Amino acid sequence: MPKDSGIGASSKRREDVRFLTGAGNYTDDINIHGQAYVYFLRSDIAHGRINSIDTADAEAMPGVVRVFTGADFEGVGGMPCGWQVTDRHGQPMQEPPHPILAQGKVRHVGDPIAAVVADSLEQARDAAEAIAFDIEELPAVVDMREAAKGGATKVHDDLTSNICYDWVLGETDDAKVDEVFQNAAHVTTLELTNNRLVANPMEPRVCVAEYSRGTDEYTLYTTSQNPHVIRLLMCAFVLGLPEHKVRVVAPDVGGGFGTKIFHYAEEAFCTFAAKACNRPVKWTASRSEAFMSDAQGRDHVTKIELALDSDNNFVGLRTDTLANMGAYLSTFSSSVPTWLHGTLMAGNYKTPVIQVNVKAIFTNTVPVDAYRGAGRPEATFQLERVIDKAARELGVDPIKLRRQNFITEFPYDTPVALTYDTGDYNGTMDKLEAAADIAGFPARRAESEARGKLRGLGVNCYIEACGIAPSNIVGMLGARAGLYDAATVRVNATGTISVMVGAHSHGQGHETAFPQVVAEMIGIDESMVEIVHGDTSKIPFGMGTYGSRSLAVCGSAMVRATEKIINKAKKIAAHLLEASEADIELKDGQFTVAGTDKSVAWGDVTLTAYVPHNFPLEDIEPGLEETAFYDPANFTFPAGAYACEVEVDPETGKVTIERFTAADDFGNIVNPMIVDGQVHGGIGQGIGQALLENCVYDENGQLLSASYMDYAMPRADDVPFYTVDHSSQTPCTHNPLGVKGCGEAGAIGSPPAVVNAVIDALQSGGKTVDHIDMPVSPSRVWAAMNG
Amino acid sequence: MYSFEFEKPSTIAEAVAALGAEEAQALGGGQTLIPTLKQRLAAPAKLVSLSGIAELKGVCVEDDGALAIGGGTTHATVAREAADKYPALADLASHIGDPAVRNRGTIGGSLANNDPSACYPAAVLASGATIRTNSRDIAADDFFQGMFTTALADGEIITSVRFPVPQAANYQKFLQPASRFALVGVFVARFADGVRVAVTGASEDGVFRWTEAEQALSADFRPDAVKDLKVDPSGMIGDLHGSKEYRAHLVGVMTRRAVAAAG
Ligand SMILES: Cc1cc2nc3c(=O)[nH]c(=O)nc-3n(C[C@H](O)[C@H](O)[C@H](O)COP(=O)(O)OP(=O)(O)OC[C@H]3O[C@@H](n4cnc5c(N)ncnc54)[C@H](O)[C@@H]3O)c2cc1C
Repeated sequence: MPKDSGIGASSKRREDVRFLTGAGNYTDDINIHGQAYVYFLRSDIAHGRINSIDTADAEAMPGVVRVFTGADFEGVGGMPCGWQVTDRHGQPMQEPPHPILAQGKVRHVGDPIAAVVADSLEQARDAAEAIAFDIEELPAVVDMREAAKGGATKVHDDLTSNICYDWVLGETDDAKVDEVFQNAAHVTTLELTNNRLVANPMEPRVCVAEYSRGTDEYTLYTTSQNPHVIRLLMCAFVLGLPEHKVRVVAPDVGGGFGTKIFHYAEEAFCTFAAKACNRPVKWTASRSEAFMSDAQGRDHVTKIELALDSDNNFVGLRTDTLANMGAYLSTFSSSVPTWLHGTLMAGNYKTPVIQVNVKAIFTNTVPVDAYRGAGRPEATFQLERVIDKAARELGVDPIKLRRQNFITEFPYDTPVALTYDTGDYNGTMDKLEAAADIAGFPARRAESEARGKLRGLGVNCYIEACGIAPSNIVGMLGARAGLYDAATVRVNATGTISVMVGAHSHGQGHETAFPQVVAEMIGIDESMVEIVHGDTSKIPFGMGTYGSRSLAVCGSAMVRATEKIINKAKKIAAHLLEASEADIELKDGQFTVAGTDKSVAWGDVTLTAYVPHNFPLEDIEPGLEETAFYDPANFTFPAGAYACEVEVDPETGKVTIERFTAADDFGNIVNPMIVDGQVHGGIGQGIGQALLENCVYDENGQLLSASYMDYAMPRADDVPFYTVDHSSQTPCTHNPLGVKGCGEAGAIGSPPAVVNAVIDALQSGGKTVDHIDMPVSPSRVWAAMNG
Repeated sequence: MYSFEFEKPSTIAEAVAALGAEEAQALGGGQTLIPTLKQRLAAPAKLVSLSGIAELKGVCVEDDGALAIGGGTTHATVAREAADKYPALADLASHIGDPAVRNRGTIGGSLANNDPSACYPAAVLASGATIRTNSRDIAADDFFQGMFTTALADGEIITSVRFPVPQAANYQKFLQPASRFALVGVFVARFADGVRVAVTGASEDGVFRWTEAEQALSADFRPDAVKDLKVDPSGMIGDLHGSKEYRAHLVGVMTRRAVAAAG
């Protein structure tokens, strides 16, 4: 019987009522009396030297409060990078300055040249058109391969080259790797691109900032996944403000997908301008601005080689990747191609020797940073594509080849720095084969062929490192922040509970799932528990939501804090029941003396905590509020196996997805419905990447896919009904809930399944194609078929 | 948007007079013009809305059986009201954009704009329709003059479009995946005196008639009749959604499919 409340119940998402009835409170809904509006004048060329900017005419325009340029920020910090990567020679990465408004040069289309604050947005825009500037166009650095060459035009004049770092992980001795490849019975090589994506959350970025002269306090409302991180970075590294004078609020946020993790120049600008102008200021990005200022995702070019012995065992893996950083280092950009990507190259397989080489490259494009999956989709795509190609070359069944090489014993130390705590890859594959009816595929293919269509089946596995993560480990790897999380459980006198959490919900359903856990632990109704998130003045210092970490890390903090609450409540109950604390049992919201019918209800205990007339004041303090910080011992390792079936129209090359099946092992599951939704959304984004989405710059650095007229988002009719199976469950061994995280899996696991299926379909039509780069558009498929 | 004056006349004559003003521009459904204004890519001094003019709206059958559609008629109205009279045209209208676009956007606006990927131009050209304006009648063959260019003079209003109704017709639209305009769209219309084939989305010169296919299909109205015909890729559009060669190839595929569907 499925449960109808608590852990394991598909409780309906309580937040949806306000979202679906227009009662949400998004940043753009916030208006402060007397606010002025900000308009950023953005570069329309990709690379140029600023000779002069004259704002006098603009300043004199009606309604203008003030015009700012880079010169107003001399002596103010730039946008920081939160992760220092150390290169293969032990040297720190090259870290160029990233000013709030351009200084000296503009480096991508969309780089802000100036900002106008005016009484209305239209007045600010009018004034921006009156800014006179002389920017000398320079050759744009767009292609990573060209940018990496010696003598290439430099994005940052003061750096030695466009290479941010040249990094290696795994076996660093080239000779040893060469030997493995020389002795291999078979080597499969593949060159591929992981296409650049624009995250496109439904809600564009918005900032509203206010400053009080009376108290010298600032409030910044912003579209963020992690308000405390923004406050820390902005106060400590950019504006030099005391944190206790700054409140950052991320109210309802309409989707983030990673791109709202980062500290953006617009946030610092608005906070600075609110004081400088002594007026609240508001900036709302247009969709066009989002395309040229939200950090973008992916954009890797990779050569991957897989070595197999004569029994088809994987014996070695070597990769060479160029990773695009764009023009500046966004907050976590440097960590994505390295510690979130290289470390995943073992995948689900026991390959003994792995060498991962990554060069991160500056180009005159919008900065690139974490996007749903962040590094792990790039790793999974290469690995699962090369395995598929190897199976094809060797004439073996791709599922069998994978099974043969699965890691089966845990814990498992990979050659690329991770320790997988648990998993059951064969068990998950069994679930997939059943749920996807792999055995029935030949009949479905025959049916498609009868209609003149080619049908293909693509299968792949994935593993991800989530629950990011142990502070001591990430610190060793270069993170400039801790990655614990925090929760405060505040029990009110009447027994209702507010839980202040560091995680931030922007679509994940925390407001429903988190209370399920607390309610289950105490045995009370879910409706008695509510979470509070997104406001630094209310919540403890937690690190926010990304990397599928909320439940695994912040949820664990919440469990620890709730355990403290229960322990204290038991002491109070023991006092009221005149029993020994050791004999008190809590069940269904009742404290009972074991083996007796003496009991006291949750509400009586909580009331006693706040009305301590009869209370053990000599032993414990009144009140019932506890905080816990939780720093996990390891990452969590969700893993799964996906199957995609496509039809290809041989005349047009158009691919349609006929079936998509996901078998995931997320460990324990708190709310199955929410998990299904997370997987559906992730697969939708993965299918978007595989078939449709592509962020393209021309050779001058102009963004060709700068609006929805050219950037293809997946629509409902582009995706099939999904079959998802989460019954393969190996609970995480090191967090109290045994949960692993499910937010990114779909986006990580689905792109290779789609491409593998397309290649299989073409093969069935008699055309052997090694690879088609994503998006696998009709034009590309047709070209491959006719190439 | 820059600021502008706004007028909403209720007759064609008033609209023509209003459009005589310096830098005045007609506003149809605004589905193309309003986004252009919001991006500050155009700065008309005055917008003259055509949406209050009753005589510009509606679908009716003329004495000789031709279908006349008012220049201010929305795509949704055409989809509904032309369904039994000219099903292929109604079907085309029903697949333009989304419900919001179809309920605002007008046939006159679409033709005046002459987007190289728009759908209506293919129907108008393949049907041998006549574009009627406040001052003259223009044959479809003379109306379209290249991407975003038409025979319309400044301030001239499309009052209606007269479509001879073919014996059989069909429109096949291969979607550009982002905008869902036509990557390639082919309208095939079979009349007693021959077949007309018009292609949108494909050419750098905008909508065009594929005369080789017309000849072949006039002789033999079956998909196979055009299966060996090739379109020269050199004048085709090549962009991130499809190469010139791919578009040239699709013209053939969509034509065959349109013939098959027209029956
Ligand atoms: C999301 C979206 C999807 C779309 N998809 C498609 C599609 O799949 N296929 C397709 O064909 N189109 C598509 N369109 C375009 C749509 O059909 C527009 O409605 C049409 O192109 C313009 O018509 P309008 O009435 O909105 O004209 P407006 O935007 O008001 O005007 C466009 C131009 O025509 C002029 N004009 C307007 N009416 C007249 C008139 N009666 N006489 C003379 N000049 C006039 C205006 O001055 C202006 O220059 C799409 C649009 C959007 C926004």
